Amino acid sequence: MSVFVPRPLTVQWQEQYQILAEHARDQRLARFYRAPMVSADTPLDQVPLLALDVETTGLDAQNHCIVSLGLIPFNLQRIHCSQARYWVVKPKSELSSESITFHHITHSDIRYAPRVEQVLGELLEAMTGCVMVVHYRNIERSFLDHALQQAVGERLHFPVIDTMELEARIHGSQRKPSWWDRLRGRQPTSIRLADSRLRYNLPLYQAHHALTDALATAELLQAQIATHYSPETVIGDLWN
Amino acid sequence: MQIELLEIRDHLSRFPPFEGLPDESLDELAQNTEVGYYKAGTDIFTFGSEIKDLHYVRSGAVEVYRRTGELYNRLTEGDIFGQFGLLRNHKVRFPARAIEDSLIYFISGQVFEKLCENNDSFADFVEAEGQSRLKAAVSSQGKTNDLMKIKVRKLIDRPAVTVDISATVREAAQVMDAHNVSSVLIVDPSVEWPNSRLTSVANQAMHVMVGIITDRDFRTRVVAQGLSADTPITEVMTNNPITLQSDDSVFEAILCMLRNNIHHLPLVHRRRPVGVVTLADIIKYESQSSLYLVNNVFNKQSVDELEKLLPDIRATFIRMANEDASAHMIGRAMSGVGRSISQRLLELAEQELGPAPVPYSFMALGSMARDEQLIVTDQDNALVLDDSFDAKLHDDYFLKLATFVSDGLAACGYTYCKGGIMATNSKWRQPLHVWKQYFNDWIDNPNPEKLLNSSIFFDLDSIYGEAELVETLKDLLAERASDSPRFLAALARNALNRTPPLGFFRQFVMETDGQQKHIINLKGRGTAPLTDLIRVHALACGSKAQNSLDRLDAIAATKLMTPEAISHLRYALEFLSLVRIRHQALALTEGGDANNYIEPEKFTSTERHNLKEAFQVLSQAQNFMRFRYPYNAPQKPRPSVSQR
Repeated sequence: MSVFVPRPLTVQWQEQYQILAEHARDQRLARFYRAPMVSADTPLDQVPLLALDVETTGLDAQNHCIVSLGLIPFNLQRIHCSQARYWVVKPKSELSSESITFHHITHSDIRYAPRVEQVLGELLEAMTGCVMVVHYRNIERSFLDHALQQAVGERLHFPVIDTMELEARIHGSQRKPSWWDRLRGRQPTSIRLADSRLRYNLPLYQAHHALTDALATAELLQAQIATHYSPETVIGDLWN
Repeated sequence: MQIELLEIRDHLSRFPPFEGLPDESLDELAQNTEVGYYKAGTDIFTFGSEIKDLHYVRSGAVEVYRRTGELYNRLTEGDIFGQFGLLRNHKVRFPARAIEDSLIYFISGQVFEKLCENNDSFADFVEAEGQSRLKAAVSSQGKTNDLMKIKVRKLIDRPAVTVDISATVREAAQVMDAHNVSSVLIVDPSVEWPNSRLTSVANQAMHVMVGIITDRDFRTRVVAQGLSADTPITEVMTNNPITLQSDDSVFEAILCMLRNNIHHLPLVHRRRPVGVVTLADIIKYESQSSLYLVNNVFNKQSVDELEKLLPDIRATFIRMANEDASAHMIGRAMSGVGRSISQRLLELAEQELGPAPVPYSFMALGSMARDEQLIVTDQDNALVLDDSFDAKLHDDYFLKLATFVSDGLAACGYTYCKGGIMATNSKWRQPLHVWKQYFNDWIDNPNPEKLLNSSIFFDLDSIYGEAELVETLKDLLAERASDSPRFLAALARNALNRTPPLGFFRQFVMETDGQQKHIINLKGRGTAPLTDLIRVHALACGSKAQNSLDRLDAIAATKLMTPEAISHLRYALEFLSLVRIRHQALALTEGGDANNYIEPEKFTSTERHNLKEAFQVLSQAQNFMRFRYPYNAPQKPRPSVSQR
């Protein structure tokens, strides 16, 4: 078992949601917050999880846009592909050539695609009651929050398990090699999605397809829990 | 909902029994799959527990145990397990445990049952076990060898060429010219796909097709009507053309083209155009049949012309392999081609040299005589001359004849025999009485060393001239061999020189080739020792048959071996030959040279499993032979012994 850094202050998302529900003006958002959220002491194997990935034109939510979203519900035993969802959406800004080579989503693909606002209702419905699982939370959180602000002028908050952050915790001491390690040419442990998966003997996938990345993230969390945690680990230890 | 779970779908599509499923079934399968991760050492299910899903190893390794705890099977990427539990009251029969970190796909019982109901080959696969699976693998081959089964998408060698609906006649013609095609599809990017919001749309070819225009249309609808090159393409195209699903058969395509009198048929995958098949494609495809090839051989007027058939011979071979023809059929067809080329060469030689001074037979030896020739093959031949032959007077003629044929065969891809077993060698260009002496000497004074290089003469057939001459030798061999235990023992001993590549624990024992790849010599360690073994038994039975399957029939008639042992040999030979054929066809398709060396690592686990089964059959049969024809024990073989 690896060494853990002191765990962050447990966020009480159950209470947060109740407060947010009272202030939400948009109906869809209010419904989203009103649905019951698990308490922080719920064991992981009783938590409905939703792997989520958004592909974007860049890294900054203020200046870049979402081009596709993929999500897939799961629990510690099974990933449910039959309930997977995937959308290509039309970004407000132009697609850069870099982002086209990255996601393989082209101008003609998005010409008739819906705007992100049009899929928000379905998205929120799918997310309702679930704890989101992402690899590097800053992207999904900030882009979805921004999209909601643009669409209805309200903020979006939700609990997230960040598989990248879990990897950082697990490999804490090895991530920043000491001067001695660096002298010996030791590289810091990579916590990128594909590299993290390899450590759990998970197969290589084609990267940067939102649904494939969501599936890859769900599998990674199952592997992390099976290897370093237990099904009884409480959600409060992992979420943010 | 159309969601493409590409990683799951693509992986399933590469492994049996899913690899043969139609696209629709694969999509449905991927969408209904569940996924779970198992750490090394964890149980996946235990004995007697309820099982609801078919399990598929996406990555890692799983061991399946018998009730006693004994290891039943070890499974890796692409293997399935749990099917026996699903087929028998949904109770686990063989518990399973992950022995490496494993990612498992779960396919629900309902989907599994539906697949079994709708796909015979899927049902056969999941219900078969062990050698019965090998048997199923072989018997499923023969059934699919016709135009009804071959998917029309096989005829397409390029993606659909399309133009936008806004194009002019000139632009369409320019696109056709640039791609060197005789038709172009017109697509409308503004038509929304059903569910387009939910599918990932990857390229332009996925737009909805609204029309087609062909070379002929340009003539009749544009030029003949005096229309300008700036006419919108929509005014002259054929609207909503007749299409066929890419999954449909070639036969279906022929019918469709005949019924509608069209020469260009767009193929679609669901509604997405994937290509156009033309009448010329179908004619070209048909013309590669071996029958056409054999007819063609006899029209050739020179060695040069025959040589030009080489690509056609290869194409026929590849095509038969791709059409899942049986190894037996392919062997017969390729031998037939080889025989007709030899015959044509002899005709041409006689035209040049004049008629033969004495009667003769041109004799094929080895694989051609057995009708088991494949694409990479030496020429093994000899001349049996009438006893009126006088070397001083006639040998000059026969040497020229032999040289003409041998050089011609070499030009057509049948390389010279390294062992010199060719009619150009004076030792193998002899009158009948000398040949009788050869055969009598081999039978009367056998020793393994002497017979090592002459066993090829025990597969013999006349392919041109006086067949009687060779028949006399066949009779002599068949009559005398069965009464000559020392001869049979010496042959058997040689047949045991090459053993199957299996280790003590049934793992493959591999050789390393020049490029450090781990390989198995499929001919040397598989089909050749099998045919050697079958030959020994056939000679012991006094059979004159040459083809290995015919020989097995002859052996079966004598009760020398049990019917089970015979059928195992039959399937093993067919299977190993098929793997060899596929391997060679693939190499030729990829522009490489065909050889007999396979890399088991590149095979699916089912194929590896079946290979092991087939090698196991050879190994068991060799053990039986060792005991049946004991060397150093020159008494008559005991006739009543059966193989267990």
